[in-house]
Amino acid sequence: MSALTMVQTIARTLDEEMARDDRVVVLGEDVGKRGGVFLATEKLFDKYGPDRVIDSPLSEAAIIGAAVGMAAHGLRPVAEIQFADYVYPGFDQLVSQVAKLRYRSGGQFTAPLVVRMPAGGGVKGGHHHSQSPEAHFVHTAGLKVVFPSTPADARGLLKSAIRDDDPVVFMEPKRLYRAVKEELPDDLDALVPIGKAAVRRVGDDVVLVSYGGSMAETTRAADALVEQGLSPHVIDLRSLAPWDEETVLEAVARVGRVVLVSEAPKSASVMSEVAATIAEELLDQLLAPPLRVSGFDTPYPYAQDREYLPGPARIMRAVQRVLDY
Amino acid sequence: MIETKEPSMSGALRISAEVGSRIYQQMWRIRVFEEHANELYLAGKMPGLTHLYTGQEAVAVGVCEALQREDYITSTHRGHGHCVAKGARLDLMFAELLGRSPGYNRGKGGSMHIADQENGNLGANAIVGGSAGIATGAALSAKMRGSGQVAVCFFGEGALGQGLLHEVMNMAQLWDLPVIYVCENNRYGEYTHFSETTAGTVLGRAQALGMKAFEVDGQDVLAVNEVLTQLVAAARDGGGPALVECHTYRYHGHHVGDINREYYRPKAEELEWREKRDPIKLFGERLVAAGLASAEELAALQAAVREEAAAALAFALAAPFPDPSEVTLHVYA
Ligand SMILES: Cc1ncc(C[n+]2csc(CCOP(=O)(O)OP(=O)(O)O)c2C)c(N)n1
Repeated sequence: MSALTMVQTIARTLDEEMARDDRVVVLGEDVGKRGGVFLATEKLFDKYGPDRVIDSPLSEAAIIGAAVGMAAHGLRPVAEIQFADYVYPGFDQLVSQVAKLRYRSGGQFTAPLVVRMPAGGGVKGGHHHSQSPEAHFVHTAGLKVVFPSTPADARGLLKSAIRDDDPVVFMEPKRLYRAVKEELPDDLDALVPIGKAAVRRVGDDVVLVSYGGSMAETTRAADALVEQGLSPHVIDLRSLAPWDEETVLEAVARVGRVVLVSEAPKSASVMSEVAATIAEELLDQLLAPPLRVSGFDTPYPYAQDREYLPGPARIMRAVQRVLDY
Repeated sequence: MIETKEPSMSGALRISAEVGSRIYQQMWRIRVFEEHANELYLAGKMPGLTHLYTGQEAVAVGVCEALQREDYITSTHRGHGHCVAKGARLDLMFAELLGRSPGYNRGKGGSMHIADQENGNLGANAIVGGSAGIATGAALSAKMRGSGQVAVCFFGEGALGQGLLHEVMNMAQLWDLPVIYVCENNRYGEYTHFSETTAGTVLGRAQALGMKAFEVDGQDVLAVNEVLTQLVAAARDGGGPALVECHTYRYHGHHVGDINREYYRPKAEELEWREKRDPIKLFGERLVAAGLASAEELAALQAAVREEAAAALAFALAAPFPDPSEVTLHVYA
């Protein structure tokens, strides 16, 4: 297989899964003839036609709501929300219907659906085109949430999500859509299991944990630390609900220092949960408090997104603090 | 209650020369502003994207000419025209587009979020349908305060897909609120013709609620203005809400980056609208035919607007970026 960007990989993966299982149906705004605003569903309409690649009205509540009914009755819908920022009109459906269908029906019904959404900043989109709403979903029992940072993980996790018998919120770091190309395995069943983190670099001075778009800056910071002669251990969470406590706790217990990087606002964030778990489980082994490097507790700013996004310099300052502690 | 209004492209003009020039000038200001916005994008000088209002000028200007400064509007992602028509300054608008400190939102919002309290503009909104509640609430407040203000909610036909719009229209009709829902039907959502995403008719949605509903040629600024003038006067007097569907067209792509669009919209159709139904050209011709302005006077107006816009842009390009410390400003009081 040739090298593909993340967004090309997503289109390819949807194609592979639609070919494998004719219950898989794509729906959303402009996903058909246009192939999606970011082209994540490119060419699917030509191949599978309007019954399986459905151009919907501008109706997030109805897209997600209809996906529940479709999923509960024999289909495997993959709904696209054009930007994660537009999920809120459909948020009620996700929280009240999607997440609770299995539980509230005593296990009679399931909603095996995927809601894909490009998230995060760095594209100068302002506060309605840059948000990182993953914490809302992680906080909602019944939803699985994944947020890959590489093409191969996007493919493996999307396959797992589509094949999962529970609903999965599939978040995509839009500023990494075309950042790198990656050679993908030929294996059509190369799944990345939901709930399993990836260790990107092994080291023993400080653990850096991140996911999604912020993996780019975290990797740059780690490279800079290596140049300074330090040995960072880098973990890409990939899955946020459930998240891989074992991999994180094992590393932090061994190294004793951890910096948690995510561009989402700080308060009640996914990284707050990770930090709390580390504190609960490992207080005795910690050599410094877990530090979060995050976006600010503000709406996403238009002009000042350089300040807002946690870049390598802020990550390095936090690393220095845990080293000096 | 349902009435439709035929386009009134003929007949004598019942406006003064002064009003005629102002309307012409306002439409031209929008057009020139958008030309600059497009160039800023193409030259890589503007961050992000923007959605141009070019082609739809008669709607914003026809509507806002029927309003007082104290009246409210809410706007959309395609909002520059609404801002200008409601009285915004071009320099502060350009500054906002460029994320500069003197911009309307101090660089916090950008193109899709310009708000101008002084002129009753409660803000553009990048969430489609997102401002329908705000407009309706402003109307409820006006009614409760007995202020006599009217609110206009601008939205594209795409917003008909959003539940909120239907929820607030029900409230407005139920409670007789002074709000006019102005649907700018420019035929396309992003890349899909509205007939593929919209069942039934636009007016039918108001009809179901017993709300007054009109459709009007949105390329005819006086036709738009006439309908709105009547509805605004009625709303001010407690006559309740209405919906107006304005048939119009956006000349450019959905946003500035949408260049190759033949897969969803034929070039011939674009040309037809541009050449035969251009709102500014048509209105200019009518002013001249009615003896309210000469071709030379219109040319002079155009030149003056070009000068104003160039100076406004120069101001914005030279303006400072907001201080980094402002990033946490205005989250709370
Ligand atoms: C809730 C929400 N969903 C989707 C979008 C993405 N989007 C932006 S504009 C647009 C089409 C809007 O069409 P319309 O309302 O007719 O306005 P027009 O662009 O034609 O002026 C879409 C789908 C959005 N901004 N908000």
